[in-house]
Amino acid sequence: MKKSRRKFLKVAGISALGIGMTPAITTFASSESQGTGTVDAVKSKNAEVFSAKRWGMVIDTSKLTDAIAANITDACHKAHNVPDFNHEPDKEKFPKTSPVNHHQEVKWIWKEHFEHAFPDKEDEFLAEKFKELPFLVTCNHCKNAPCVQACPTQATFKREDGIVLMDFHRCIGCRFCMAACPFGARSFNFRDPRPFIEQTNSSFPTRTKGVVEKCNLCAERLAKGQQPYCAEASQGAIVVGDLENSESEIRQLLNEKYSIRRKQELGTEPSVYYLM
Amino acid sequence: MLEIAIKGSKKYWIWIGLLLAVMGAGFAVYIEQFINGLAITGMTRDVSWGFYIANFTYLVGVAAGGVMVVIPYYLHDYEKFHRITILGEFLAVASLVMCLLFIIVDLGQPTRALNVLLYPTPHSMLFWDMCVLNGYLFLNIIIGWKVLEAERNQVKPPEWTKPLIYLSIPFAIGIHTVTAYLYCGLPGRGFWLTAVLAPRFLASAFAAGPSVLILLCFVMRKVTKFDPGWDAMQTLSKIVCYALIANVFFFLCEIFVTYYSKIPGHASHINYLFFGLHGHNALVPWMWTSMTLMFIGIILLIIPALRNNQTLLPFTCIMIVVGTWIDKSLGMISGGFVPSPLHHVTEYAPTLKEIIISLAVFGKGLLILTILFKIAAKVKEEVRG
Ligand code: SF4
Ligand code: SF4
Ligand code: SF4
Repeated sequence: MKKSRRKFLKVAGISALGIGMTPAITTFASSESQGTGTVDAVKSKNAEVFSAKRWGMVIDTSKLTDAIAANITDACHKAHNVPDFNHEPDKEKFPKTSPVNHHQEVKWIWKEHFEHAFPDKEDEFLAEKFKELPFLVTCNHCKNAPCVQACPTQATFKREDGIVLMDFHRCIGCRFCMAACPFGARSFNFRDPRPFIEQTNSSFPTRTKGVVEKCNLCAERLAKGQQPYCAEASQGAIVVGDLENSESEIRQLLNEKYSIRRKQELGTEPSVYYLM
Repeated sequence: MLEIAIKGSKKYWIWIGLLLAVMGAGFAVYIEQFINGLAITGMTRDVSWGFYIANFTYLVGVAAGGVMVVIPYYLHDYEKFHRITILGEFLAVASLVMCLLFIIVDLGQPTRALNVLLYPTPHSMLFWDMCVLNGYLFLNIIIGWKVLEAERNQVKPPEWTKPLIYLSIPFAIGIHTVTAYLYCGLPGRGFWLTAVLAPRFLASAFAAGPSVLILLCFVMRKVTKFDPGWDAMQTLSKIVCYALIANVFFFLCEIFVTYYSKIPGHASHINYLFFGLHGHNALVPWMWTSMTLMFIGIILLIIPALRNNQTLLPFTCIMIVVGTWIDKSLGMISGGFVPSPLHHVTEYAPTLKEIIISLAVFGKGLLILTILFKIAAKVKEEVRG
């Protein structure tokens, strides 16, 4: 059971899907989730299936506003059952929830100011407009991912298409990956997240306490030929595609405009680019 | 020999009872942590390791410090250490048990701990750390027990213990080196990303371990008839002195590189620890206390008249233990995480519950230490008497 799920996670993005996809998705979705997984059977033969040699993301900073950024975070977090500590837990279902510590929050994609997103590029004479712009930060799906290297159980692993994924059932919660990630992309479930999920998306697993999580580049969406939630909600500011394919949209964007990546000097080779 | 442990005076049993009470209290709190998760600790998204891992790191050092009696005795036939070698080995055993417990209580999913063995991952330093820690624990149990048993029966220890003893020396260095590698191989943490981290860990270990051992020798002299020997304690205090100087020296090298190069990624952490950052300065008094204690410790150990003073030495050792503990536990962990990779400052302080669980782990270690030392002392008394 464990093996087959991992294998699925690994294979799903790369291989053309087709046969056997529906049961696999259901397995994936229902594990650990409350409620039963009811994924609409994907007409995978007809759907355009996305595959890539190395998935990457381009964020056009000029197209982001605070409102769009908030929508993006919302879309991602809701779809992935990321707990919101500002949400009042349902007293009937979860009678004994202790007060929250907001420093123990979970987040996959969120807004930062320039000097925090790019602390190495902090500059007092930076153009004013950059100081105010919202910069969205998330997992970079690094080519040389230090989190993968650090994980003692391979619960964090790199798929052949470049996506850095997590196996929530294998993670022992040692948080070595969090110390290793230079981008603060990872969150630990200090407590059971379920009371803080307003509405559970039954097609995606909820997590238990004691495991680490982060952006999965919407591997479950890419497998179905759909764009990630953040891209969908971004009004064109976020594009996800194949970095290795010179014909892809993101490569064209990178060709046209100057782009930067976070902490490039560390050599982790982030796959998320910011168009300036 | 275990039967020795169950015969003791009233004081002995009161002490054991006290330790058991502390362990019980900690266990009760741990149950709460087990059920509700690590939310009961002061750890946060930004400071994702805390008191547990800090104590773990320190105790790995104490365990490795035991080798400072093994090397002179077994490699240089330094006879004066004959009586305390076993204490060094048993101290290592107790420290390692505490180390492993601190790892377990730190895990978010402790029931899955065996995944580290089920999916061995050589590119993770944690995997290697687990290997050397367990290896060193195993070696010390075997060696300590066999050598003591032989002494009791007044025969030579079996020949096969010799290679194990020699093997335990690189293992001792190994446990602390690999523990340093947990930290210093991480690209985004400027404070830890320094080649001098492993040497510095070893230096502070060789100061802390023997200091603890000297203190234990004083305790043994007080509560048992076994005398570890003032000469041995004197030699130990010289070892502490050299190691402590090395530790401070490495630290000053670090300071020079950081502030002369002025690279902000490194300086911001040390600034936070010693001067505060953006108005956050919880650790500033601690760090200066630590530095002061270590400097005074060096002075008290360098001057022979002060070092040879039997009343002063235990206080010197306590100062050194506290000083190195702050330096390597509190400062090392918080310093690495603050400021965060996104240059936010989230300060860390352990919660009371976290401290109680930690005390219980220390209680467990002390219990093992008490029993092992009692057995050792009794055997030594028997043999001499
Ligand atoms: S951003 Fe962090 S979590 Fe994501 S792949 Fe890179 S190191 Fe890992
Ligand atoms: S917390 Fe989980 S994913 Fe992170 S290093 Fe430990 S086992 Fe791996
Ligand atoms: S790619 Fe998916 S998981 Fe990652 S931030 Fe966007 S919506 Fe969230």
